[in-house]
Amino acid sequence: MPPSFSEVAAVRLGFGFSPLAAPPSSPDTLLASIAESAPGPRAMSTAAAIEYGTRLREATRRFQEGGEAERPGYEALRSELNRLGLVDLRRRVVRAVDARAGFGERLVQFWSNHFTTRAVALNRRGLALAFQDEAIRPHIGGRFEDLFFAADTHPMMLVYLDQAVSRGPNSRSVRDRPERRFGLNENLAREALELHSLGVDADYTQSDVRAFAKLLTGLTVNQKQGFAYYSSWAEPGPLTVLGTRYGQSGGGNGRAPERQLDDVRAAFHDIARRPETARHLSRKLAVHFASDVPPADLVESMTAVWQETEGDLSAVYAVLVSHPDLAATFGQKIRQPFDLNVAAIRALGLTGSDIEALDLDVFKRAVATPMAAMGQPWGQPKGPDGWAEAADAWIAPQTLAARIDWALQLPRRLLGELPDPREMMLAAFAGEPPEPIAWAVPKAETATEGVAIVLASNAFNRR
Amino acid sequence: MLTLDRRLFLKSAACVGCSAAAHPLMSAMTFAQVPGDSRLVVIILRGAMDGLDAIQPYGDPNLRALRRTLSVGPDGGALDLDGFYALHPRLAPLLPLWQRGELGFAHAVSTPYRDKRSHFDGQDILEAGTGGDLPPDRRVSGWLNRLLQVIPGATAETAYSVGTEPMQILSGKAAHLSWAPQMSLSLSPQAQMLLGHIYEDDGLFRNAAQDAIRISGEAEVMTSGQGPAAAAQALGAFTASRLNGASRIATFSISGWDSHARQVAVIGRALDQLSVAILALRDGLGTNWGATTVLVMTEFGRAIRENGTGGTDHGTGGVMLMAGGAIRGGHGYGEWPGLAEGQLYAGRDLMPTRDIRAYAAWAMRGLFGIEASALESTIFPGLDLGSDPGFLA
Repeated sequence: MPPSFSEVAAVRLGFGFSPLAAPPSSPDTLLASIAESAPGPRAMSTAAAIEYGTRLREATRRFQEGGEAERPGYEALRSELNRLGLVDLRRRVVRAVDARAGFGERLVQFWSNHFTTRAVALNRRGLALAFQDEAIRPHIGGRFEDLFFAADTHPMMLVYLDQAVSRGPNSRSVRDRPERRFGLNENLAREALELHSLGVDADYTQSDVRAFAKLLTGLTVNQKQGFAYYSSWAEPGPLTVLGTRYGQSGGGNGRAPERQLDDVRAAFHDIARRPETARHLSRKLAVHFASDVPPADLVESMTAVWQETEGDLSAVYAVLVSHPDLAATFGQKIRQPFDLNVAAIRALGLTGSDIEALDLDVFKRAVATPMAAMGQPWGQPKGPDGWAEAADAWIAPQTLAARIDWALQLPRRLLGELPDPREMMLAAFAGEPPEPIAWAVPKAETATEGVAIVLASNAFNRR
Repeated sequence: MLTLDRRLFLKSAACVGCSAAAHPLMSAMTFAQVPGDSRLVVIILRGAMDGLDAIQPYGDPNLRALRRTLSVGPDGGALDLDGFYALHPRLAPLLPLWQRGELGFAHAVSTPYRDKRSHFDGQDILEAGTGGDLPPDRRVSGWLNRLLQVIPGATAETAYSVGTEPMQILSGKAAHLSWAPQMSLSLSPQAQMLLGHIYEDDGLFRNAAQDAIRISGEAEVMTSGQGPAAAAQALGAFTASRLNGASRIATFSISGWDSHARQVAVIGRALDQLSVAILALRDGLGTNWGATTVLVMTEFGRAIRENGTGGTDHGTGGVMLMAGGAIRGGHGYGEWPGLAEGQLYAGRDLMPTRDIRAYAAWAMRGLFGIEASALESTIFPGLDLGSDPGFLA
């Protein structure tokens, strides 16, 4: 018997069952819940992130000038910035644990990962949070072109993929200061085409990458307001990307007029609406939510709706959530460590406020450190392609050992008293545990191991 | 806490009335002697190491015009190797190896991958070992796995993937092991038995759990400090410990090479990690270092011209490093194509003069006696083996 919609909604599209709330019973309820993943009351803004950078510069200067007396303030700020990644993880877990349906938070994770960024320098750490609240959350239910533009022009992305320092080789700023050797950087342009939109199999060339890189010059980040567009950095003249020309050819004085941000916006919109983008992203959604080998009909149906609606993401999700292929491929995906932790916290009957109340170090030991051992060090993806999708990228001897070890430790790190493993098992599987688990759990020698067997089981680690 | 002990596990399994044979976690626990004494380590550098900066061809008169601040040779602190090439200063810890003939390189090499310059396709093709005519398929097996399939007497123990990062180069149907240096698994015998029952019909979980229990029972846990250098040290030390036992082939990766901007800092940190990992291998291997060949490969090189942001963009030809007591080091291999206008690839990249797979193939031929036909058809389909570069001692 294929799983019911509620089961698909909870396990495949959300973060699993909780004894505290029933999963959504219809596609409409599920889709309506996406709106709940808008930026929250404690959203980070670029302005606040930049303020952190300014405070760090001032604290560093005071420490350098004032010596030891200034050390405590300087170190406290550094430590606060160092912990922002952990604060980010905790607020993400809290929202996911409490989400009624969870689909919106799954989409936040999907799109944050599609547009992978990583803040390395301490003064940029706040931008990673702002990226999620400003570029991702407001756009997950809208049109892809708006999400694409918001993500690839956000200060966090401009810094991560080096766009913020790229200047047109023939721009005024380069011509005026030849001794500074400013110039072009291809990084964002390449990944915007290869990873974020068309996909590497699409028919584009190095000259498209180069022209798009020139078109993107002028996008940068400044210390005062964050995002900035400097026409003086932008490559002048018409540029052809994927066969479309951007910018006029001549100004009044025989010189090309300086480029405007509108050209950049137009290029993002055109690329977003190309059929290769529709196919690449429909496939990627199907790989993430259904199977590493995505069912052809699911991909085709989503691609068709994507093209009909010019990338209306909610319309594409509507196809996804009610498609029979989702039930037919049940259990083929592995819960990534983030999803697994949220699912476990929910199955243990905890709420977001329970997680909020934890000491941050306890949260780190219980959740963040084990996630790294499972192969998902939060906020530190290896490259701009983000986390892997393939099942065997997550379940290898060392990473399964990390999951089992986590399953033994997590409950007693989060709870004063362990639940009865048999009851916890029923909560985790909504009353219908798979037979081998129902056989094994009562035979565990301790409550710790009984609960761990549920959390480490293949059924709980699959979705 | 109790660490797994195989005898205890057997005893306990008997206690609950189940035969050992019925336990999925009990199978595949056989230990065989491995073929020969030679050891091969392949280190994959993810993110595209700039070959012109790691091994700087400062004797080429065109280099200075193309690289204004980067890769300026001994004038910029690099260490002269042979009057033409110089070693990046952050690889200085490896200079004694060069002097002893235990470090070498092959310049102007590449996989058959061309033109799109995608990290991910580039890495897939490097690890798959396929030719440029095949579309990049992320599901194809890795060439070290196909090597295992033709080594007589190879067992799962023969080859190790080390670290938490998945290594496609070793994926495929030949059994092998994988583990991370810092990992430990402590599970009561009863819990092992119960999990074994649950995983029984799920091959992915069953096989991973079998290996995890087997490895955690015998491998020593490498506690390491914080940070990338400590992690690289642990990768090298753990790999050495496996190669001192029954394993003969191992692979791991080091990332952080994508130096589009501020290359001096980016590549410096990554080269530190590479040096630490290679020295940890040497120190850990002891006398076995003499039978070891380390190949260090990256998906492609970087553009020959510095970009406008103190870094370099994606390119084509690059450098492969080799290390170990089994190589004839202190020597640069490969034909230098030159950096003049007409000598470049696509007007912007170092022209590859040899397929990087040919070096790996000749290493496997020398270390494990693999037939040329297997190398050119099975392990590296479509490869022309060409002449022996002669880099093994």
